[in-house]
Amino acid sequence: MASVSPTAASAVRLGAAPREKGTSLTRDALRRLRRNRLAMAGLLVVLFLALLAIFADVLAPYPYTKTNFSRLNEGPSRDYPLGTDLIGRDLLSRMIYGARVSMLVGLGAQIIVVSIGVPIGALSGYVGGRTDLLLTRFIDVMYAFPRLLFVILVMSMLGAGLMNIFIAIGLTGWVGIARQTRAQVLAIKEKEFVDGARAIGAGFTRLLGRHVLPNALTPIVVVVTFGIPEAIFTEAALSFIGVGINPPTPSWGQMVGEGQQYLRSYWHLCVFPSIAIAVTMLAFTFFGDGVRDALDPKQN
Amino acid sequence: MLHYAIRRLLWLVPTLLAMALVTFTIMHATPGSPLDPVAEGANPLSPEAQKNLAEHYGLDKPLYHQFGIFLWKALRFDFGNSFVYKSRTVAEIIVTTFPISLFLGTMAFALAVVGGLTFGILAATYQNRGWDYVSVSLATVGVAVPNFVLAVFLIILFSFVIPLFPTGGWGHWRNWVLPTVTLALGPMGVVARFTRASMLEVIRADYTRTARAKGLGERAVIFRHALKNAFIPIVTLLGPMFAAVGTGSFFVEAIFRVPGMGKFFVESMTGRDYPMIMAVVLTYGAFLALMNLVVDLAYGFIDPRIRY
Repeated sequence: MASVSPTAASAVRLGAAPREKGTSLTRDALRRLRRNRLAMAGLLVVLFLALLAIFADVLAPYPYTKTNFSRLNEGPSRDYPLGTDLIGRDLLSRMIYGARVSMLVGLGAQIIVVSIGVPIGALSGYVGGRTDLLLTRFIDVMYAFPRLLFVILVMSMLGAGLMNIFIAIGLTGWVGIARQTRAQVLAIKEKEFVDGARAIGAGFTRLLGRHVLPNALTPIVVVVTFGIPEAIFTEAALSFIGVGINPPTPSWGQMVGEGQQYLRSYWHLCVFPSIAIAVTMLAFTFFGDGVRDALDPKQN
Repeated sequence: MLHYAIRRLLWLVPTLLAMALVTFTIMHATPGSPLDPVAEGANPLSPEAQKNLAEHYGLDKPLYHQFGIFLWKALRFDFGNSFVYKSRTVAEIIVTTFPISLFLGTMAFALAVVGGLTFGILAATYQNRGWDYVSVSLATVGVAVPNFVLAVFLIILFSFVIPLFPTGGWGHWRNWVLPTVTLALGPMGVVARFTRASMLEVIRADYTRTARAKGLGERAVIFRHALKNAFIPIVTLLGPMFAAVGTGSFFVEAIFRVPGMGKFFVESMTGRDYPMIMAVVLTYGAFLALMNLVVDLAYGFIDPRIRY
C-alpha cells in the first residue's frame, strides 16, 4: 500500500540490514510503525476514542437519557453542539457514550475470539491426526456460513444486549484466528529449535506455550488488529437493524439506523454518527495496515 | 475435471446438512418460541391455543423428528408456510424476492470487478503517482467504511446536494444507481487492492521485461502479458465476493427500500420464523458453496498449470 513511501521503505530496509546490537525484532517493528505517519494518525484517533469512552461520564455535557421535550430534532446550536434527537436528547452526549460501546465491543469481542480461536487452532495444528481432522472439518463448516448472517441469527435468537454481542461475535469470529494459528503451528512445530527443546525434555505445555506459540504470534497479532474494526462494524450493523445494543444505551449504528429514516428533514441525526463510524473504521484500518507492514516488511 | 466437479458437488450435501443442523440447533437451543406474542408486553396466548398452534406447525414433536421432517420436505423445495406471512409459503417468498437481490448483486458485482480492475491497473502502472493515490484512497474507504454509512453519504451527495437520483424505490433504472454503487464500493476496493498488488508483482517479472525487450507497446505489455497473469490470484476472490455481495445487500436493500430478500431475512430472524430462517440460511449457504465451486473450476481454465 502507499502508506509507506518507497524511499522510506528502502531506508527502513537498509537500516534493518546491519542490525545493531540490542535491536530486537519487536523494537525494530515498533520503529517501523512509528515512522508510518498514517498508522500513527490512526493510533491518535483510536487513543482519542479510548479517552472519550473512559471519561464519557465527565465529558458528556448531558446524561445520555436526559430528554428535553421543548427542543426536539433541533440542528446544532450553542446549547446542543450537534443538535438533539427525536425525543430531545443531546446528540453529542449520546455520541460520546456511543464511543464507549464501540470500544468495548472492539476489545471485548477480540479477547473472546482469541481465547477460543488460539487454543483450538494450536491444538489442531500441534496434535494433528484425528483431532486435527475433526477440528478442521468443523472449522470448514463454520467458514461456509456467511459471517454476518450467522451473527444476526445468533443475536436475534439470544436477544439484544452487549453480553450477547460478545457471545455472537465470539462464536463466529474464532474461526479465522483458529485457521491462522493452526497454519502457523503446523509450520513451526517442524523447526529444529522445537526438536531441540523436545530433546532436552520439554513437555507438551512448555513446548507449545514457550516455543511454538510465541513464534506463531506475529500473524495472530495482525488478525486481531483487523478483528477490532470488524467487531465494531458488526456491532454497528446489528444495532442498525435493531438487534444489537438495547436502547436507551446509545450506539452509533443504532443512531444511523434510526436517523436514516429522517435523513431529509433532520440530517444531523444520521450524519454525525455516520461520520463517527467512518472515521473510527478508517483509523483502525490505517493502524492495522501499519502494524501489518511493520511486522512483515517483506510484504510491502 | 468432470470427476473433480462431481466430487465437489457431492460435498455440497454434507456441508448443507451441517449448516442446517447448526442453524436448527441454535434456533431451538435459545430461549423464546414463535408462539410468543409478536408485540412487546402483549398478553400471551391461552395454553390451549398455543397447543393447537404447536400441533398445526408440528412444533409439538420431538426435535429430531422436526429436523427429519424439515429435511424430507426441503428435498422437494418445500419449506412450509412462513410463520410471519401466514398466507404465503416460504418457497414463494424466496422465488419472488431472491431474483431481485440477485439482480442488484450482479450489477454491483459487475461494477466492482470492472471498477476494481481499472483502478488496480491504473494504480500499478502509475505506482506512487496521482492515479495510485486516488485508487488506494478509494479502495481504503470502500473496504473500511460500512456500506450503510456509505449509503448515507451517497444519498446526501447525489439525492439532496445534487438531485440526480431518487433516495429509494425500485422499478426504474434511476432507482438502481445508488444501491448498486453503495453495494459495489466495498468489493471494488478489495479487487483494486488485489489487482494493484498482483500487477506490481507481475510487472517486475522476467516475461514482462521480455515482452518490453522485444519492442511491444505499453498497451500490449500491460493487457496481453501482465494482466493475464495478474488476474489469476484475483479470481479466487470473486466467488466468495459474489456471494457476499448478495448477503451484504440487505442493509442496502433496507435503506433504499429495495423489495429483495433482505427485508424478509431480518423480519424472519426477529419474528422467529423458523421455516423462513432455515430457507434463507440454506439459500445463502448453497449459493456461497456453488460460487466457490464455479471459481475453482474457472481457475483451471484461466491457469493451465492447474490440474484437477
